[in-house]
Amino acid sequence: MQGNEACVEGALDAGVTFYAGYPITPSSEIAEDFAAKLPRVGGKFIQMEDEIASMAAVVGASLAGEKAVTATSGPGFSLKQEIIGFAGMIEAPCVVMNVQRAGPSTGLPTSPAQGDVMQARWGTHGDHPALVLCPSSVADAYLLSFQAVNWAERFRTPVILLLDETIGHLRERVILPRKDEMVIANRKQPQGSPESFQPYDILDEDLIPPLPPYGSGFRFHTTGLYHDETGFPSNRPEVTHRLLERLHQKIDKYKETLFLYETYGLRQANQLIISYGASARSAKAAWRIAREKGLLVGLLILKTIWPFPEEIVTQVGHDKNNIVVAEMNRGQLIGEVERVMDKRIPVRGAQRADGVLITPEQILAKLEGVN
Amino acid sequence: MARYEIRLSGAGGQGLILAGIILAEAVVKFTDKEVIQTQSYGPEARGGASKAEVIISDEEIDYPQVNKPDFLLALTQEAYNKYNRDLKEYGIMVVDERVDIAMRGGPTYVVPIQKLTQEKLGTRMVVNVVSLALFNKLHEVVESEKLKEVVLARVPKGTEELNEKALALGEELASNLNQYKIKTKEEEEEE
Amino acid sequence: MELEKYFRIEKLPHIWCPGCGHGSVMMSIVKGIDKAGWDPTKVVVVSGIGCSSRAPGYMNFNTLHTVHGRPIAFATGIKLANPELKVIVITGDGDGAAIGGNHLIHACRRNIGINVVLFNNQIYGMTSGQYSPMTPQGSMATTSPYGNIEPPFDLCELTRSAGANFVARGTVYHLPKLDNYMEKAFAREGFSYVEAISQCPTYYGRRNKLRSPLEMLEWQKKNAVDIKKAQDMDPEELKGKIVTGIFAEKDEEEYTSKYDQLISSVQGGKK
Repeated sequence: MQGNEACVEGALDAGVTFYAGYPITPSSEIAEDFAAKLPRVGGKFIQMEDEIASMAAVVGASLAGEKAVTATSGPGFSLKQEIIGFAGMIEAPCVVMNVQRAGPSTGLPTSPAQGDVMQARWGTHGDHPALVLCPSSVADAYLLSFQAVNWAERFRTPVILLLDETIGHLRERVILPRKDEMVIANRKQPQGSPESFQPYDILDEDLIPPLPPYGSGFRFHTTGLYHDETGFPSNRPEVTHRLLERLHQKIDKYKETLFLYETYGLRQANQLIISYGASARSAKAAWRIAREKGLLVGLLILKTIWPFPEEIVTQVGHDKNNIVVAEMNRGQLIGEVERVMDKRIPVRGAQRADGVLITPEQILAKLEGVN
Repeated sequence: MARYEIRLSGAGGQGLILAGIILAEAVVKFTDKEVIQTQSYGPEARGGASKAEVIISDEEIDYPQVNKPDFLLALTQEAYNKYNRDLKEYGIMVVDERVDIAMRGGPTYVVPIQKLTQEKLGTRMVVNVVSLALFNKLHEVVESEKLKEVVLARVPKGTEELNEKALALGEELASNLNQYKIKTKEEEEEE
Repeated sequence: MELEKYFRIEKLPHIWCPGCGHGSVMMSIVKGIDKAGWDPTKVVVVSGIGCSSRAPGYMNFNTLHTVHGRPIAFATGIKLANPELKVIVITGDGDGAAIGGNHLIHACRRNIGINVVLFNNQIYGMTSGQYSPMTPQGSMATTSPYGNIEPPFDLCELTRSAGANFVARGTVYHLPKLDNYMEKAFAREGFSYVEAISQCPTYYGRRNKLRSPLEMLEWQKKNAVDIKKAQDMDPEELKGKIVTGIFAEKDEEEYTSKYDQLISSVQGGKK
């Protein structure tokens, strides 16, 4: 199975019934696969007139009650940003798959890169939270796609599945979990009557309001303006503050359950490699080779990159004397690692941004004791 | 086997990418080995030289790209020029007879794949399946019958017979491969 | 008044300036919904950004105030997701003709069952009076201080050519006719476009020697030409006039019904 195809399978298994998109390399296989498979399960696929429209259609479909997804790559991801922010503000569940290619601009459409790490975090304007997952295998692509849809529904938020060209186009063996082992999450529904319904009234501990679909009898107003519990605009400072804080808290509150990662050889390790996405494949090879050479190296592969798993990185990295962050950009996630390590431990970057998958040798070269 | 890297290259449109996908699929279906398939994309896949790469290994495959192929197939000059450089010194190279190659150390076979495909099957369309069968027979990745099963599930309806013939031709070429072997540098020097 | 049930009375009075025409157009839409007999819980009113786009806030349906220029794209997602819903888009001459123009023509082309009502006040009111693609040539605006040199867009001609099933233009002055266009638009399957010429005394009138709302309505009265009459007029005579009436009435098949058929055929007629 190919990485892009695995994203589709994961999303469909999570209950996705709607896709809107615009063709762009290297994500087009996702659109093609949804176009073929969605009608078979009674779902809807539409190729919109542009990237912005497809993001808007996804949010519209989400409000109409569907689990909705779009996919794109760098240039399209840039165009979608305004509406990703809108989805966050109105709390519309949706998933955006970004199969990263080398940028800036049109860049290298068929070459891998991880240059959108910061855009996935801060791409849309305003002081918003972000939930971003990075698969480093085809199996991950399936599982994280499933997870992204679940989290979008559970947290009522856009979730970004940040792939790269390497993983998107890779074919490898995948053993899919049994369907009955996969727990599907659905957005919360209101308990009371339509008459007393207030769309942003926070009744539950999880700080997440219910979201009834259009047509269900619950009529309410939705706006990208700051709004109070009734859904109507308000510019009162306390309302503004309360909403922005809640948007962050509803995710922060559960962030420890959101940190997905893998670790290898941490016991007795005095050096650590941190990586994610396709770079993690090279990092794993580098780690294996280093171990074979007798070096005490550990490996941390991050699947969740935003919110940044600060606690995990601290816990795994605090007792090391060298940390290498491997990524395919000029240094994006390394900034977070440096911030967490606060100059206590040297942090080195193994970086590559020329459209070629970073090699294990490049990563090895940043470890100490490799001749 | 330990990590084994395969590169199938030729002109865009010759179907080698499909051959790579079929090979990977056969490995997934009928062996317990790990496999990875990648390919060239975009304009590269449509004209000029194009390649499909497969890595087969008994162990987990971490780094997913082919760096030093153990096996190279080149059906065209352009593909050979572009993709032969990083072939392992003693890796196997199979090229079409119309490709001019430099003398090298590893086992090298110059096979009239395209010509024989045309002569025996009346079309060059299935040169990818001929190449695939040649590779599979040579390395015995999966049994012939299993490969046939995967190929027939992937090719257009109505072309089954043609593809079966293509598979047979590829295997025949593999069995007689020694007759196409050219001398290595060392052998030349010994003479 | 029995139409009251369609409004969120507690949200009134509205934010529009005294003399603005938008309230009248909003009322015309509500009358159309009432005539159509739609269940209010199945009606979704979507808007973008601008003065007109504040209307849904006052209307007691499922209402969605989106981002600038994209309400038709949001509405496309809503309608395709659940074709049972009645989806109305409220947009303006900036939101619909400038930033949102591409979505408008593609929605017409698909002929998706969305009813677009464009409040044309010929100016960007929310941002205090910049010229829009529908500002008459020669008009003064904050960004055309020497007079607007761009010709205005005729979106009725555009939407008709692009494939809308129903297209009409009316004015706030000729309100009963506008009501009639709404009724017809909502009764028809497929994409409809109704343009309502509204007035902005604050940002258009003041700068263009139309000092009062009344003068602006007089301007509408004087310049409106019925489409039937317009057919016999030459282009020179039609300069600066507002052609009103029904531009298109067709019964081409609607998009979501075609999609439903596609699903049935892909599923082999069985679920």
